[in-house]
Amino acid sequence: MEYFLIFIAAIFINNVVLSQFLGICPFLGVSKKVSTAAGMGMAVTFVLTVAVIVTYALQVWVLDPFGLGYLQTILFILVIAGLVQMLEMVLKKISPSLYQALGVFLPLITTNCCVLGVSLSVAGGTYNTQGLEPNLLTGVLYAFSTALGFALSMVVFAGLREQMALVRIPKSMQGMAIALITAGLLAMAFMGFSGIDHGIAVALGL
Amino acid sequence: MSNFKTILNGIVKENPTFVLLLGMCPTLATTTSAINGMSMGIATMFVLICSNTIISLLKNLIPDGVRIPCYIVVIASFVTILQMVMQAYLPSLYSSLGLFIPLIVVNCIILGRAEAFASKNGVLASLCDGVGIGLGFTASLTVIGIVRELLGNGALFGFRILPESMNILVFVLAPGAFITLGFLMAIVNKIKDR
Repeated sequence: MEYFLIFIAAIFINNVVLSQFLGICPFLGVSKKVSTAAGMGMAVTFVLTVAVIVTYALQVWVLDPFGLGYLQTILFILVIAGLVQMLEMVLKKISPSLYQALGVFLPLITTNCCVLGVSLSVAGGTYNTQGLEPNLLTGVLYAFSTALGFALSMVVFAGLREQMALVRIPKSMQGMAIALITAGLLAMAFMGFSGIDHGIAVALGL
Repeated sequence: MSNFKTILNGIVKENPTFVLLLGMCPTLATTTSAINGMSMGIATMFVLICSNTIISLLKNLIPDGVRIPCYIVVIASFVTILQMVMQAYLPSLYSSLGLFIPLIVVNCIILGRAEAFASKNGVLASLCDGVGIGLGFTASLTVIGIVRELLGNGALFGFRILPESMNILVFVLAPGAFITLGFLMAIVNKIKDR
């Protein structure tokens, strides 16, 4: 049941964008329309889950046994860049419809810091495992739920911005300024979730 | 354009935070206090100056098709050096900036300047561009840090100015980061329009 807690905590309580500040660039950049925001969210969910499996395997089987920990940052970013490129090619062959949907967003994901950030914290075992042993299963679950949290906040934020196009906004507040303040209010709303993990733990009898 | 103008351009006209809107993750995450914001800015500036210089030296050797991976390797090497130096000599700062030190690799400012400036200009000009953009980034992070620390903790660079009863905790937490940057950006827009 701790697995359920990891899932809920990564989506709502420690939301990757609104409380850990990872992946702000796509969050602010491609959130003008709900459909593009959902596409980006899907692409990140896909890449992040695969990237965490690959980087975790590299950490356990290559970096740790040979004492190459100092190469972590360089290796991970190259692996992620290569992986994104490869996924793009594979998707184009296997599933053209999915490629059509994600295509434009895939190259942007290389410089999305939530992919590298989550890979680094899973490989280092520094994420919230709710008392479980940090291993591949909890790591992948954590990465997948984090990416879902990213997608959720993207879609909600894009919905808010779509509505904002209909309102008159003071000139100096237009554009990024009002978007940031909206994000601030959204982050405040997500702060309301803090503490529900304790309630769920009690309800599940942990 | 003279080198001095290049530096000034990076601080004011092409300020990475308020004008180019790049590198938002560290801008929001590490500005809980003025000191943290300034340290993050200086760390980024170090990587930016080194990578700009090396990339402009190597610009004729790097084949066009694989230039982005090459830039990333150069940047990641300097980030690793920075990470090790900070871990050894500034352990408390290293732990308070945490994950955001290795994440300098994916800071769009650095890759952006490598692509837009260092790959087209000479060594000295690229170095000056690194200094300018780096100073601009450091200045904006310090300003955001000062505002958040003053409102959230009633302190300035660690010295208490306002009594504890006047603290607004939310400014140190996540929502405060977004709101502070939003209002600062509105002020900058207002000044620019004048």
